[in-house]
Amino acid sequence: MLCNVCKDNEATVHLTQMIEGKIKKVDLCEPCSKSKGFDDPTGFSLADLLLGLGAAQESEPLAASPDLSCPQCGHTQADFKKSGRLGCPRCYEIFSEGLESLLKSMHKGTKHVGKIPLGLRENRTMKERLKTLQGKLEAAVSREDFESAAMLRDEIRRTNDRLQSSPIPQPEG
Amino acid sequence: MSQSIHQFLIPVGEAAKRTGPADKVVLSSRVRLARNLRQFPFPGTGKKSDRLKVLDVLRPAVESLPELTERFSDTLDNLSPMDKQILVERHLVSREHAARGAGSGVVLNREETLCVMINEEDHLRMQSLRPGLQLREAWQTLDKVDSALEGPLDFAFSFDLGYLTACPTNLGTGIRVSAMLHLPALVLSEQINQIIQAVNKLGLAVRGLYGEGTEALGNVFQVSNQMTLGETENDIVERINKVLAQLIDHEENARASLLEKKSSTLFNHIGRAYGIVANAHCISSKETMNLLSLMRLGVDLGLFPGVQRSLVDELFIITQPAHLQIGLSEKLSAEERDLARADMLRERLKHVHRPAPPAKSDANAGLDKGAKS
Repeated sequence: MLCNVCKDNEATVHLTQMIEGKIKKVDLCEPCSKSKGFDDPTGFSLADLLLGLGAAQESEPLAASPDLSCPQCGHTQADFKKSGRLGCPRCYEIFSEGLESLLKSMHKGTKHVGKIPLGLRENRTMKERLKTLQGKLEAAVSREDFESAAMLRDEIRRTNDRLQSSPIPQPEG
Repeated sequence: MSQSIHQFLIPVGEAAKRTGPADKVVLSSRVRLARNLRQFPFPGTGKKSDRLKVLDVLRPAVESLPELTERFSDTLDNLSPMDKQILVERHLVSREHAARGAGSGVVLNREETLCVMINEEDHLRMQSLRPGLQLREAWQTLDKVDSALEGPLDFAFSFDLGYLTACPTNLGTGIRVSAMLHLPALVLSEQINQIIQAVNKLGLAVRGLYGEGTEALGNVFQVSNQMTLGETENDIVERINKVLAQLIDHEENARASLLEKKSSTLFNHIGRAYGIVANAHCISSKETMNLLSLMRLGVDLGLFPGVQRSLVDELFIITQPAHLQIGLSEKLSAEERDLARADMLRERLKHVHRPAPPAKSDANAGLDKGAKS
């Protein structure tokens, strides 16, 4: 069996881990296992390694554009493949292609369902409210109920002001 | 002059006396959250100037937390190698973090219940620690701390991916929930590998005392979640809680069954462990941990009347290399440490009598007594 990384030497280090009920295997030769940090297993996780190898082994989306780089921090697709780490928060948008299959292999789901910072939670509620108000405004205008429309317009303005004054920038997605 | 870390922390002997639910098996509970600032590159990518800026933003914010009014706060380049090693031996900072220098920092409270690493792999790694099995409480404490920080700080967050982290393995909740378990009976009865495999199948990681290798020093294992995205923090905590409850049962059953079916083997192990640890003149830290683990089991089984478990837990920490050298002006070589360690153990154990196996009919009574304390 050949090493998954260099594909030259005989693999002597074999790692197996269950991730989401699926067996993930990695076979490495001695030099590659050292260079991947197996002689120092501190904090090592197979998922980290799969992150680097996964692209080369099965799906190619991550390798599709190795020159792609993040305009914010300069991190490249190749850096990501090598280290398994992203460079900055913005990288998650830049390298989003192929990320989903990767996340699927290491997590329970691909959509966050946990805690949301309070500021953003309020922000989102206000946006939703704005949408409802705008719908109501259109309806009021179309039935020529200008008194309600004026009230709705004022409320929309107030909500918008509050949204603008909120110091939290709006995240994507 | 700033206070050194061991002067600030409560003494090990006192810390070891803290108790918590199921602390016979669960040494400690820990919840960690990873957070990053939106505007800065992650510590591993950013320049030193970026890290220094991040530290300037985060350190005052963290220090203003009411939970950290009485705190130790310093940058890693200011700490001596010995101080860093002390933090590692007390499981307050990771080995990786201890290796960092300028631009990285650590802020912790005196009780060692809250510890924040700045510019580790992520900008902010906050941890809440508790003795025994208290994962829910640890999460609640940390949730509050995180909420207090999200006002002044602009955390990198997306509604789809949650909290954005340097490594996608921490994405989403950024939470790592873990417990340190003492499982000597599962090791002695050779069930541990099966158990580890079963736990792995549930998507949880099992690591050694410091995450090294598969063979855990001192029969101490760390169980933690691996998945952080697609599940709420509470679900993760409850899932681990369920698994831990089963692991505790398995360990208790293994202890009962060893007592019942292999008591002479069991007493032989514990008696020999005591013999060496209380009489050696040269002993390595690895051997010490493995033998103290058996003594701890002996205390739990009532084989050492009058001896508190906290004595063993204290020795577990203070026989480690950095703690051993506290108060010494010169750094000891490995061999000198082995001599000093043996001296300390003989001294501390000189009034501890050799283990007294209960009479055959008392074997179960001993177990019950252990279960209560």
